[in-house]
Amino acid sequence: MTISAHPEAAPIMRLLNISKDFGSYSALEDVSLDIYPGEVLCLLGDNGAGKSTAIKVLSGFYQPSSGALEWEGQQIIFQSPRDANERGIATVHQFGGTFPLMSIGRSFFVGLEPTKGIGPFKRFDKKYANEVVVREMQAMGITRVTDGNRLIGSLSGGERQVSAIARAVHFGAKVLILDEPTAALGVKESSHVLRIIMQAKLKGIAVILITHNVTHALTVGDHFAVLIHGEKADDFRKGERTREEIIDLMAGGEAMAGLEQEIENLSQGK
Amino acid sequence: MPITFKAKINIGSLIRRPEFGAFSGLLFVYIFFAIFGGTPFTAIGGFASWMNIAAELGIIALPVGMLMIAGDLDLSVGSTLAAGGITTAVLSGYFTLPTWIGIVAGLGLGALIGYLNGILVVRTNLPSFIVTLATNFAVFGLILGICKVITGTVAVTIKPDHISKTVLGSLLFGQFETAIIIWGVIAVVVSWVLFKSPWGNWIYAIGGDATSARLTGIPVNKVRVSLYVCSGIAASLVGVMQTILYNSAQVNAGQSFVFNSIIAVVVGGVSLTGGYGSTIGVILGAMTFAIVNQGIYYTGWDSDWASLILGVLLLIAVLTNNTFRRLAISGSKRKGRK
Repeated sequence: MTISAHPEAAPIMRLLNISKDFGSYSALEDVSLDIYPGEVLCLLGDNGAGKSTAIKVLSGFYQPSSGALEWEGQQIIFQSPRDANERGIATVHQFGGTFPLMSIGRSFFVGLEPTKGIGPFKRFDKKYANEVVVREMQAMGITRVTDGNRLIGSLSGGERQVSAIARAVHFGAKVLILDEPTAALGVKESSHVLRIIMQAKLKGIAVILITHNVTHALTVGDHFAVLIHGEKADDFRKGERTREEIIDLMAGGEAMAGLEQEIENLSQGK
Repeated sequence: MPITFKAKINIGSLIRRPEFGAFSGLLFVYIFFAIFGGTPFTAIGGFASWMNIAAELGIIALPVGMLMIAGDLDLSVGSTLAAGGITTAVLSGYFTLPTWIGIVAGLGLGALIGYLNGILVVRTNLPSFIVTLATNFAVFGLILGICKVITGTVAVTIKPDHISKTVLGSLLFGQFETAIIIWGVIAVVVSWVLFKSPWGNWIYAIGGDATSARLTGIPVNKVRVSLYVCSGIAASLVGVMQTILYNSAQVNAGQSFVFNSIIAVVVGGVSLTGGYGSTIGVILGAMTFAIVNQGIYYTGWDSDWASLILGVLLLIAVLTNNTFRRLAISGSKRKGRK
């Protein structure tokens, strides 16, 4: 099941035979994955296939029940999301910055606040935060953002996604995990977000993209892994599978094929 | 054209500030009682009477406001207040220990109750509403029981020493409680924490979305427990101050603070679901409450009407807060779009 060799780089992160159990329910079973810098890995699968569990293991939210994580060639255990964060793993969720009533300057720096002053008078550097957020948003093509005091809630879904990705890139993320970034977006905004994903990839960031949308996956993905019932069902590189094969895999194989047969029967009037 | 545009934004953003609603409410009730209460209300004596109430409420409402911004409630402030006061009175009054020991013990007990609240909320994952309601009853029963066993009564007298009396429980110019100054100090500290320190950012983020906050690496549970400790200390501090001011403590003191602190915080523009609010708003909310609470005595009407006004005010506040928040989000959106 391992993919073809990468001449140019070693994996930045590897999952080695990871399992995650919740009581008697096994959400992930013996999953191995290699994650390369400068590549987009698309994690595909139906609802409940274990995608969210996988990203929670990757981001330090869960610790695997068995198996190991490797980071830059060394075995590692993430004690907390903060731990994973400090290594350079950033996770962006479906709605991006989810603090609608915070200013974009403040929310950009949540958890990593820039401060000025010394000792007990250390204080949040609002001016710097607002300058940086406007600059980063402009660089990502969100040109209508000119004021760091504007509330997150005033941004569109795509803009929030972009701001969250901008944040991760700004803080030097090496692995960027995107959980359904285009799920709630329109066509135009989705393509903007995909373009930003390509930008991040070209900067040498390893992007892990979780999505339902095969078109989006095929547009930006270099490497694909399909999860079914917590197990890795397939692992392939761009161009090695057709679109139809991927859709079948995502739906768990049987379901879609059966549906297609049924539709065919109906259309032939049987 | 750029100049007029800028001026327009400034007025707009002023109206959109969360304190604007609270300030309008304060202005309204003040004018209302200035008209119906007349000069005794607007005179220095009237001013002192509601400022004293506002200060005691405000000392508790500020940390409770921080908690609510972080998305939690504290309904145990009533019993915590009584616990602080009773502890001071029993140790320094009944057992005649030095006053400072009673004060430290009272505040320490408040911190402990807050810590327990925090740990319970964080560990059980139950709504803080129900957890702190439970501790409010449990602590009340506990101090009632212990106080009766030790002293045989439910009210304990104390003769505080001179320094404690001067700092915590005397009247400036014969009518202003020192609580007003302490309130001011706490307001400065809380403002600093909320707007200047990284902790403030964390508090807003936790109230906005605790899961996302945790994922960014914020020590969510530590912050929440700390906020409960703050509200516990603040509640017991008011208990201690009342005890020293009136030279006695009562077990059933303080229960009115449970809901009054929430009224002050909500009238002050803090979001009920967390993530939004400000110090100035909470201060204005406490003042508004106090003006209605005291102003009614200057009108010569039955004081029961105050509750009606407060109820209506609370309802209006919640409704307008929602509107202001919508404005804050959508108002700036329109500006950017062509």
